[in-house]
Amino acid sequence: MSIKIITDKCTGCTLCVKICPFGAITMVSKKAVIDLDQCTLCGACVDSCKFDAIELKRDSSKTPNLEDYKGIWIFGEQKKGVIQSVVYELLGKAQDLAKKLNTKVCCVVLGHNMKNNLKELIHRGADKVYVVDAPELENFLDEPYTKVLVNLLRKYRPEIFLCGATFIGRSLVSRVAVKLHTGLTADCTGLDIDEKEKFLLQTRPAFGGNIMATILSKNHRPQMATVRHKVFKEADVDTTRKGEVIEETVSKTLLTSRTKLLDIVEEVTSTVNIAEADIIVSGGRGMKSPENFEILEELAKVLGGAVGASRAAVDSDWIPYSHQVGQTGKTVCPKIYIACGISGQIQHLVGMQSADIIIAINQDSSAPIFTVANYGIIGDLFKVVPLLTAKFKKALNQ
Amino acid sequence: MDYLLTEEQVMLRDLCREITVEKIIPVAGELDKSEKFPWDVVKVMAESDIFGVYIDEKYGGMGGGLMELCIAIEEFSRGCAGIALAFSATALGTDPIILFGNEEQKEKYLPDIASGKKLAAFGITEPAAGSDASAMQTTAKKDDDHYILNGTKHFITNGGDAEIYTIVAMTNKSKGARGASIFIVEKDTPGFTFGKKEDKMGIRGSSTRELIFTDCKVPKENLIGREGQGFIIAMRTFDMSRPGIGAQALGIAQGSLDVAVKYAKERKQFGKPISSFQGIQFMLADMATQIEAARALVYASARQIDAGAKNLAKDSAMAKMFASDTAMKVSTDAVQILGGYGYMHEYPAEKFMRDAKITQIYEGTNQIQRNIIALNLIKETSK
Amino acid sequence: MNIIVSIKQVPDTTQVRIDPETNTLIREGVESIINPFDMYAIEEGVRLKEKHGGKTIAITMGPPQAEAALKEAISMGCDEGYLISDRAFAGSDTLATGYTLAMAVKKIKDFDIILCGKQASDGDTAQVGPGIATQLDIPQVTYVKKIEDIKDKVATVERMTEEGFEIVKTSLPCLLTVVKEINEPRIPSLKGRMKAKKAIIPTWKAIDLDVDEVRLGLTGSPTWVSKIFTPPPRPKGKIFEGEPEDTTTQLTDLLKDRLV
Repeated sequence: MSIKIITDKCTGCTLCVKICPFGAITMVSKKAVIDLDQCTLCGACVDSCKFDAIELKRDSSKTPNLEDYKGIWIFGEQKKGVIQSVVYELLGKAQDLAKKLNTKVCCVVLGHNMKNNLKELIHRGADKVYVVDAPELENFLDEPYTKVLVNLLRKYRPEIFLCGATFIGRSLVSRVAVKLHTGLTADCTGLDIDEKEKFLLQTRPAFGGNIMATILSKNHRPQMATVRHKVFKEADVDTTRKGEVIEETVSKTLLTSRTKLLDIVEEVTSTVNIAEADIIVSGGRGMKSPENFEILEELAKVLGGAVGASRAAVDSDWIPYSHQVGQTGKTVCPKIYIACGISGQIQHLVGMQSADIIIAINQDSSAPIFTVANYGIIGDLFKVVPLLTAKFKKALNQ
Repeated sequence: MDYLLTEEQVMLRDLCREITVEKIIPVAGELDKSEKFPWDVVKVMAESDIFGVYIDEKYGGMGGGLMELCIAIEEFSRGCAGIALAFSATALGTDPIILFGNEEQKEKYLPDIASGKKLAAFGITEPAAGSDASAMQTTAKKDDDHYILNGTKHFITNGGDAEIYTIVAMTNKSKGARGASIFIVEKDTPGFTFGKKEDKMGIRGSSTRELIFTDCKVPKENLIGREGQGFIIAMRTFDMSRPGIGAQALGIAQGSLDVAVKYAKERKQFGKPISSFQGIQFMLADMATQIEAARALVYASARQIDAGAKNLAKDSAMAKMFASDTAMKVSTDAVQILGGYGYMHEYPAEKFMRDAKITQIYEGTNQIQRNIIALNLIKETSK
Repeated sequence: MNIIVSIKQVPDTTQVRIDPETNTLIREGVESIINPFDMYAIEEGVRLKEKHGGKTIAITMGPPQAEAALKEAISMGCDEGYLISDRAFAGSDTLATGYTLAMAVKKIKDFDIILCGKQASDGDTAQVGPGIATQLDIPQVTYVKKIEDIKDKVATVERMTEEGFEIVKTSLPCLLTVVKEINEPRIPSLKGRMKAKKAIIPTWKAIDLDVDEVRLGLTGSPTWVSKIFTPPPRPKGKIFEGEPEDTTTQLTDLLKDRLV
């Protein structure tokens, strides 16, 4: 790899000097000069230069100075200042991985006025919490979030960077990985460390869950992965744990954005957010009408769960799209999934088959849903579901 | 069986099948109950260029002929013969313009029909004039630049929902059949109103209404052909449209067989799927063979007409009669194979059976078709 | 307004089966389809053109037979299609794919919006869309469920979130990835199908793009697939049949302890 300034193109604007995380660039006679001893070839200056005056030739097959990368970083996703539960799940897993690598767990939080909410991250296993506080970072926007994260990752060089496979996470780290020119594995359901080579083993479903693949980034750092929500257990809280909160300040140029957030509209109440629910009661074509979803809502209420639906039910306008489970809807991973009047087409199964327990209620004993069900009741759901509701209610002493 | 369709015809068939599977079958049962007009499906057909398949490219069509029309009708009817009528009855209403309309009339009306912007309907039947069209009471009296229409047409498919009507009326009653003429009447013409929507046994996804003319003033440019040609135009129109009814019947028969085969493979009795029983197998074999024979006849007669054959009456009557009798028989057998379930509204078999019945009745009852076949047969052999 | 739709041909996942002997995917006889999410991108691309004028261009990276996907896109109303196909691209992961597609976009040059499906149904990564945007250094909005308005080189869109949606404004050119809710893809019309049949699809090889070869294919891909395996089959379930009164009691008894 090599880097050089094309002096003809350099206007002496000093943007690269400000952006360089390593202080490797200085101005000599109004032209930028790179101190190659300081430079890590991270590429931050290339991105910052508006005149294409810095040329970085990458040897694509390897990240330089691979062995310098140490530590595990977690993206501390927050919404409205609240750390999302997937972060605690990641902290739990990261501690296991850190033990195997004999390294530390760090969490990075981007937001505004977050400083007081960060203790729990330490109590849940972070050794260090890096926080960037700026009004521009209050809500997620792809560009400033990408630029700030890339800046920090270039500066601190962790060997592993993990992020929840959420709407924000998947959008954000896809950009970050490209900027860092490293590998990224999406939507992992398993993470481990290769005992010999110390690589991160990233396991994820493909072909709609029909196969699993274990993926490595051997020669690139950080090894990046997004991790599916609800797969790993949340880290326990230990209020005696000690850790460090480090405030990072970043250049204003990193905070600019070509997209602007105009409004946040919350449609889904917590009781029906199927991505978060531990128990989901879902209805399909067998529900026959929108009114009949009431019996599912009653059952969900007793169990403290959410109501989901198959594509057939959503396409019939019986229930909004935000409830749809399956290939063209959401992938869910609850502890218990109760499928009522859902035949179990493969497009539906790929969205829910990683649930711990699947219960199928269907009149048709040959419905494919029974092949994935741990428990099944063959019968008329309009009789079975209300009876179940009543019996669960009694069992739970409500 | 391979009917050696052209690449374009295969493309058309695939498109119509896609529309049937994705847009028609999901709503067929509901529209059968509610009797609502299938405007959503009409929109899809229009956007897919279907309404222009049989219309000349000069007028915005796809330049196909009767064979293309039959392919489309068959595929749609395989899902729902009632919904298919929005399309096929438009073709019936358009045929007089295509066959005998002058250039101005074609330029004025065909592009909107080809694009699916406007539906058409054909009006000949009256309360007292069914098979005997010469008993028609509706009159058209010349008055300067206009004809004044008076009378009532009934059982008109697409009535009330179509924009363009081709109407047979007597311009000279004393001449009997030779005194009939055909007019193009637009929907919002003063004096043109609609009666109640009929509550039918089958094809309930189509609309059937009375057309009422009370001193309805139609510009004289709207006369198709010449005065007195009405009956000839109507007969030529029917010669052209009978294979279309045949195609509709074919679709119903095929749709019934699809349902019966699927059910026979799934339904278990005595520990085995009922398709493993010879009694059922023989029924399915007969149904499939009868459908194939009907298809061969319908396609052959449509292709013959496209090739410019004269004396179409006998062959197109055979196609209509045989295919519609087949539809009735096959759909009845399908209900039988489904047993008790076949009799229930929840399964589509009984709907096919109700829909099939009309194909033996309209556009000339099958008794009239046999008359036509026999008369032509006798005429041919006495030369 | 010029729109580029980046699509992918995928095996129809509903037909994919696993060979129980070898534990590998049986891909024979499995039909190739356009990634279902890309159908919404194509439809939106065609609608934008119909509303704002300009043209819609479909691109795909894949083997020669991926031409069929571009023809289908043309039958739905796209004006042109380009197939990016070369042995040199084989083995590309999302980084190399995003790079290659971005270079193809650079060759087309004149565009306002790039549309992608939210993810492909075979890989489910959702990384290539943002990858293209990042390589081109343009803004992106992912999981778009509605394009509210486009004017004066600014698009206002609704972006799906776990709790609902956000209304986001972005400057053009930009890249949007779309979700199912955005539209209902049309059935290709007869005229569209005929146009597609006649359409000539140019193929762009590595040599036709201004690419850095080490960034292509396997060499340009940091991630390695080290192992592929079938998930263990779910244990055979316990199925109750009979009077609802009895079956529901049996199930409740079994589950009681796990519900607390």
